[in-house]
This record gives sequence, C-alpha cells and structure tokens, in this order.
Amino acid sequence: MEWADLGEITLRSLAVSLSATALAAAIAMPFGAWLAVRPFAGRRWAVATLNALIGIPPVVVGLVVYLLLSRSGPLGVLGLLFTPWAMILAQVVIITPLIASLTHQAMRDLWLTYRDLLVSLNATQSQRLRLVLWDGRRALLTAALAGFGRAIGEVGAIMIVGGNIDHATRVLTTAITLETSKGNLWFAVTLGAVLIVLSLAVSLTAHALTRTERRAQW
Amino acid sequence: MIRIALALAFILSATAGAGQTMRMAVTTSFQNSGLATVLLPEIEADTQLEIQMLVVGTGQALRLGAAGDVDAVLVHAPAAEAQQVGAGHATHRREIMYNDFVILGPKSDPAGVATATTASQAFAALAAARTPFASRGDDSGTHKAELAIWASTGAMPQGRWYVETGAGMGATLNTAVGLGAYVMADRASWLNFGNKADFEILFEGDPPLNNQYSFLPTNPARHPHIDAAAAKAVEDWLVGPKGQAMIGAYRVNGVQVFFPNATAP
Repeated sequence: MEWADLGEITLRSLAVSLSATALAAAIAMPFGAWLAVRPFAGRRWAVATLNALIGIPPVVVGLVVYLLLSRSGPLGVLGLLFTPWAMILAQVVIITPLIASLTHQAMRDLWLTYRDLLVSLNATQSQRLRLVLWDGRRALLTAALAGFGRAIGEVGAIMIVGGNIDHATRVLTTAITLETSKGNLWFAVTLGAVLIVLSLAVSLTAHALTRTERRAQW
Repeated sequence: MIRIALALAFILSATAGAGQTMRMAVTTSFQNSGLATVLLPEIEADTQLEIQMLVVGTGQALRLGAAGDVDAVLVHAPAAEAQQVGAGHATHRREIMYNDFVILGPKSDPAGVATATTASQAFAALAAARTPFASRGDDSGTHKAELAIWASTGAMPQGRWYVETGAGMGATLNTAVGLGAYVMADRASWLNFGNKADFEILFEGDPPLNNQYSFLPTNPARHPHIDAAAAKAVEDWLVGPKGQAMIGAYRVNGVQVFFPNATAP
C-alpha cells in the first residue's frame, strides 16, 4: 500500500461505517424505544439477550455472514461477498445490539418520567415512541457514536466478508493488519493514528451539529 | 441527508464499476513478497480484467475455491492441490514458479541448526534443544511443508517451546522475532519483511524446502457463475513469456526470489 491510497481507504472506511451506523440506527433505535415503552411478558429476557449480544465476537458475525453470502450459501446468488455491502451488513449485525441497548436504557428513564402524562393523555403507541425518541435525541446521538466507534474500529468480521481487496474492500483497519503482517510497524501505527483522528472528526461533527440545533430550538 | 447518502453510495460503488472483474485467492507469500504488486497492474493492462486479490493462507484459499467464491487460486501445497483437483473443485493444476523455504532464527543460533546438513536434522536439533519455534499453525502451504519436515524427523513437535500462531506469514515472523523463536518462512516473504531485528537465515538449500506455486482455476461445471474465460486469461498470462520473464526478473534487495517453471499444457 502507498500513501496515495490513504485517502481512498479512509473515505471507504468512513462510507462503510457511516452507512452501517445509519442502517443499524434505523433498526435499533425504534426497537430499543419500543422495548422501553411497551410492557410485555418476556421483556426481561429480551433486554438480557440484547445486552448479551453486545459482546458478540465480530469474527463470529463475519463467519456467519460469510456462510450466508458465500456462493455455496443461501444468499450466494446476490454476489455480495467481498464487496463493501457485505462489510456494511456485518457491521450492522455487530452494532445493532449495542445501539438498541443504549437506546433502550435512555428511553426507559425518559419513559418513567413521561409515562403518567402520556397514559393520561391517551397517547397512541406511535405518539409515545416519537415523543421519547425526540426528547432523548442527545442520548441517541451518543448511542449512534458508540455504534460508529465499534464499526470503524472493527477488523475481524470485515476481513472475512470483505477480503481486504485493494481498491475494492480495503479499509483502515484491514490495511493496518496487512502492514503489520509485512512488518511495516510504523506505517501501521500511522494508519492507526489516522483512524483515531477520523473517529474524533466524526464525533466532533456530530456534537457540533446537535449544539446548533439546540440553539435554534431553545 | 439525501446528498450524503448519494455520496456514500458513490464511494462504495466507485471502485466496483469499470470493466470485468476476476477474483483470485492468493497465498500470503505471493503478496508479502511484493511480487503481486508488480505483476497485477501488468496482468490487468494486458487482459483488460480488473483483478481482485484475496490474500489468505493456502488452506483457506482452496476452501474459497471449493465454495465457488473465487474464480481461481494461486497456492503452494502440491498434495492439497491434487486433492482439490481430484475432488472436482478445480479443473486442473498448473505449475507457475517455485522458490524455497528457509529456517530463520536469532543470530546466536542456540540450537545450532546452522551446522545441520538436512532440514530434517535441523528440526531434530530444534526439538532436542527445546528452543522456542513459531509455527504458522494455520493449514497454509508453509504450515503443511513444515509439518512434512517434522514428520520426517520421526516425532511431531510437542511442548511449550512449540508455539502455533495460527496467523499469516508476516504475523508469525513478528511473533517469532518477538519471542526469539526459530521459524520457517518462504525466502521471498523473509527478504521483504520489514522487522527483521537480529534474525537471519540459519539453514537453507535442502530439497524438502522446495516450494512450488501453482494456479488452480475453479471448476465452472460446479459453479456456473465462475468466469472461466477470465481465469484462463490470467493463467495464460502467468505461464506466458511475459509473465514468466517478469517473475524471473523480480528482485528483493537484489536477490531473485521466484523461479518461473511453467511448462506447456
């Protein structure tokens, strides 16, 4: 790998992990909020399972996604293996439980505050969900950033389903693995620094955006 | 928001666009030696194919081929390759080039393998001295070759001194250098390795250390989506005059590391 490829690899890291975070958030946030506002018999089990899934080893997710997307697997006809889409899919599976769990926790506290009010107003299920989600948007941002952080720093799963193909599926973490294997330790460390700066930039941007929103609002 | 989504989609698909693609799983030494970086642009220019290379151990490469996930594999484990063809996963096996394995260790050579006359003797000396030895332990071509040499000593290695990294050649070299452990590697990967510390080649040049690389196209009869024509084009390039000449001309620090030996079909 050369320095000239750094921009391309960095952009791809960002594109893959931002897409994965957006998709995972779209699934996890409504689900986490729903878990918080809707009492049902197996809720304790559902929450415990969700929390346990946070710790799922990425490499296992990678393996399962590989088996699904392999030409010999059930979804092989889609031809998604070794493309960025396969990497996004793996990252979505990895970070959805984390975002859902953090969402659930924040929404649960909010729900305890608003419950009597919303029940007395006879708010519908969808009104309840929308209100707590909107009111807890800053907690949701933190949940999304946590998910993004886990996605962009992940290497085990995307190595398996992406294949670390130059100019196709190589991202910062897999490039770090490759350079380490070549014994180019300083180059690998430099790539690691780029990864941290990228994470920081995304986090700062997100926080800047919410602060603007807040000033306009209040 | 939509603009961001469009930009993301563009970045994700930008590279998958132009031209026909051919997917090939290659052994880590082909990449770590730097030869892949030299050959790939030439192959792409001459065949008009976009080649996507997956760098994995020989064992995993063969499994990717068997699953139909790659159009061809370039690996180095003759016995496993014959099995792959026998099982119908590959149409045939074409020899491309060879190089050799070397036994590396700290300059001080505490086990005294430098004085051995055969690879088998060198390994026996390691087992007797119980000095640390780092093995790939990943079913790769290098690992298979290493195990064959251990088998020739009459006893498989056992004990805390025998460390299986379960990782690629480069990662294993890093581990060996860190532990001060002996290690067997292909010459090309070693010469191109950037973290040599005080390690050097202590034993080389015995026939069991020969390392043959071959090209195996995936069987299109098993996997109809396989691009057999593309695999054929790459095979023809590798065994053709230009490919063979480029392989022979490749140097790492002035040393020839691969010897072309393709024969007519």
